[in-house]
Amino acid sequence: MGSMFRSEEMVLAQLFIQPEAAYPLMSELGELGVVQFRDLNEDVNAFQRKFAAEVIRCDDMERKLRYIEAEMHKDKVEIPYLAEQPKAPIPREIIDLEAHLDKTEKEILEMSESSVRLKSNFMELTELKYVLEKTQSFFNEREDSAIDSSHKALISEDAIHQVTRCQLSFVAGVIGRERIPAFERMLWRISRGNVFLRQVDIDQTLEDPITGNEMHKTVFVAFFQGEQLKGRVTKVCSGFRATVYPCPNNTNECQDMLKEVMMRLEDLTLILNQTQDHRQRVLNAVVKEMSNWNIMVSKMKAIYYTMNFFNMDVSRKCLIGEGWIPLNDVPQVQETLSEISSSCGSSIPSFMNVINTTENPPTFNRTNKFTRGFQNLIDAYGMASYREVNPALYTIITFPFLFAVMFGDVGHAFIMLLFGAYMCIFEKKLEAKRISSEVWQIFFGGRYIILLMGLFSIYTGFIYNDIFSLSMNIFGTNWVDAVDRITLEKVNKDEYMELNPSLDSETVPYPFGVDPIWQMSKNKIIFLNTFKMKLSIIFGVLHMIFGVSMGVVNYVHFKKKFSIFLEFLPQIIFLVALFGWMVVMMFIKFVRYGSQGTDYRIGSSCAPSILIMFINMMLFKEPTQHDNCDLYIFEFQPTLQMILVVVGVLCIPVMLFGKPIYIILQRKKKQNMQSNGDVNRGMEMQPESIEERAAKKQESDGHGHGDDEPISEVFIYQAIHTIEYVLSTVSHTASYLRLWALSLAHSQLSEVLWTMVMRQGSSTSFTGAPFLFVVFAFWAFLTIAILVMMEGLSAFLHTLRLHWVEFMSKFFIGLGYPFQPYSFKDILNESEDD
Amino acid sequence: MGASYIPFIVFTTLWAIVGIVLPFVVPKGPNRGIIQVVLMLTAATCWLFWLCCYMAQMNPLIGPKLDRHTIMILAKEWGNSPITLAK
Repeated sequence: MGSMFRSEEMVLAQLFIQPEAAYPLMSELGELGVVQFRDLNEDVNAFQRKFAAEVIRCDDMERKLRYIEAEMHKDKVEIPYLAEQPKAPIPREIIDLEAHLDKTEKEILEMSESSVRLKSNFMELTELKYVLEKTQSFFNEREDSAIDSSHKALISEDAIHQVTRCQLSFVAGVIGRERIPAFERMLWRISRGNVFLRQVDIDQTLEDPITGNEMHKTVFVAFFQGEQLKGRVTKVCSGFRATVYPCPNNTNECQDMLKEVMMRLEDLTLILNQTQDHRQRVLNAVVKEMSNWNIMVSKMKAIYYTMNFFNMDVSRKCLIGEGWIPLNDVPQVQETLSEISSSCGSSIPSFMNVINTTENPPTFNRTNKFTRGFQNLIDAYGMASYREVNPALYTIITFPFLFAVMFGDVGHAFIMLLFGAYMCIFEKKLEAKRISSEVWQIFFGGRYIILLMGLFSIYTGFIYNDIFSLSMNIFGTNWVDAVDRITLEKVNKDEYMELNPSLDSETVPYPFGVDPIWQMSKNKIIFLNTFKMKLSIIFGVLHMIFGVSMGVVNYVHFKKKFSIFLEFLPQIIFLVALFGWMVVMMFIKFVRYGSQGTDYRIGSSCAPSILIMFINMMLFKEPTQHDNCDLYIFEFQPTLQMILVVVGVLCIPVMLFGKPIYIILQRKKKQNMQSNGDVNRGMEMQPESIEERAAKKQESDGHGHGDDEPISEVFIYQAIHTIEYVLSTVSHTASYLRLWALSLAHSQLSEVLWTMVMRQGSSTSFTGAPFLFVVFAFWAFLTIAILVMMEGLSAFLHTLRLHWVEFMSKFFIGLGYPFQPYSFKDILNESEDD
Repeated sequence: MGASYIPFIVFTTLWAIVGIVLPFVVPKGPNRGIIQVVLMLTAATCWLFWLCCYMAQMNPLIGPKLDRHTIMILAKEWGNSPITLAK
């Protein structure tokens, strides 16, 4: 089998690396991505490590790169995505890179600063221009009103005198639009109503020089009398951060100033454009290198960071690193070592040494793009222990199949298949787009799962005979003869009539799937219920038997052969004797009881309920007699059932006490052997104890029952395990009925959608066509939203639960930790996600 | 037993080919074991699913309850003789 059967074998290796060869070697190993280095300097501070200076250098370069990227982002310069990734730079290139980055960063900083200055200047001048324009209009109005009033009022001359006598001084400026109400209120309060404020909004939005945000501003002119008020007004202006501009009283002066301001504005705009062009040129010059640089710096940082894990051996003048390597990849690593050593030209080559260790290695499953999705589903529940049997291999088929049992509808499955196929066929293009939406990442990661789910659902849809809640009649319904036998009087008697399947021993079942006549019948659900419930239990019991049998593989591998007899055998006998027998009874009922034939004892009125039979079996009760039917299906059924129940119940004490008693006996044997050794006091003592320790360590792989665990703990553990198993056989078997429940819900939902939505659109009038057009839109939207997406997610979740709890709890240990190799691909992917 | 043997033979041989014969023909490669397991599991589950459906309809204990208009149309379109007064 491929490596999916169980996780790969790992070795702990020590690498002795010459310092000159260290950097290129780490670069190569990072590209390979097969070693998980261990931190040998855990107690050393990050700043005291050997390569801390280099890491800081890389951090610096990263900071500069981030700054340049941010500036590019501000100007919307697009950084092209690299398909091919460059390798880490060699030490000579690093200095060049650093210098280049430094220069670019300084240039951009300078430009940003000058552009900020220019922009603030520009803003001030623009505001001044607006102030001048608007205040001109205020003064013009004032003059106009003064002239008007002089013609109207009798005391006109006094009015003019008043106007000229009390010279109002004013303060003109610009303030943010949102502060105007508060500003007005404050001015009113401090002046006790003696300040007159006029304001006009500036229509054009002004750009803030620092942040680049668009701001709405308002020109205001505050009229007041007296120096004291002027002081107060200026203070309020500065408090509200309004910029005050000196504005001449005279109209001519105003015009002159305005002309000057316009000229300066034109000049500034020219300069600003030139600066902008220069900036674009600088950014575009570096944009092509950005991805390259980013990747190179990340790789470099990763190399030095990992090299900090190594120990420097002063006596032998080499770096020593320790790491886990999959056994299959060891030749590759050795090849890399020798290659780099020879290319570096060092006299002493770097080499690798495999250490034997009793530590627990990480779990590593080699996956390709197809199997990765399924492996992730299993790892989400718990990482498998080292070299334990991997459930993901079977999940590839059982997961989509159990999903399909709950989802079975050809139409909806086809939509799902199209979606999955689209993602799988165009996967390269879609990956290159790097869509960052998390929902899309989830769907895309599971594209092969969705594809398989669609395929299997099409199959089950055909068997359930369900396309968007309608059935297909491919082979001709087999209830035709029953229909033929109906005469006109019978038909006219009642509104509904149940077709009688009996009286004809030649009718055969519909060859593939459910007969299409059931779709039109009123009691469709009664028939489908019995079929789907039996189906669920059959598949459930089989899935659980499969799960328990997987435990044997673990027992054989971890050399606990006794567990096969003391744990596996009683478990499987209990399951098969009771629930396997229920499945057998279902098949017997399929075969034996029917409406055809004249013997009423095997007719439909006498068909026993399997559930009642099972309950009577467990309670040792006699079934109730009714209608002259036989009490049992066959003659020796009561005896057989009694034997099965007794055998099943006898398995429970074996499960409960078998393993603890075995462990007690084992320990007694060891004690005897040890005491013999004391008497001998010979050389036999040493080798035995090493073997014993090795044997003990292997035994403890799995449950951690060392020799020092008190025997009461073993008993308690076994009791919990047994009770859990016995109860779970009942509860999990019932839990598999969700296969029936979800399938029923799905078919009913889709039927309701068809009859209540789509059928409303079928009419023969002229308005029917456009109405149907609209109704179809509703129906299609609801089908995809509710039936494909919601039901799909729901069935996915239930299938996941069935796998995790009902299947994997029978054998899965799940105490491992994942293999996280030192790999540039993983590091770069991680940093992309950030 | 109210069953004809033809569908039984057809589908059993079909899934037997998928599940028993094809695994031997899988090309050698790193994924050989995975493909073999996939084929065997697919064949087993799909065959069992079809079998349960077939056996459930083999000896029906109830018949479909149809309304009389449906019966009359059925007799006319799908049946061998329409329901007339002459019967």
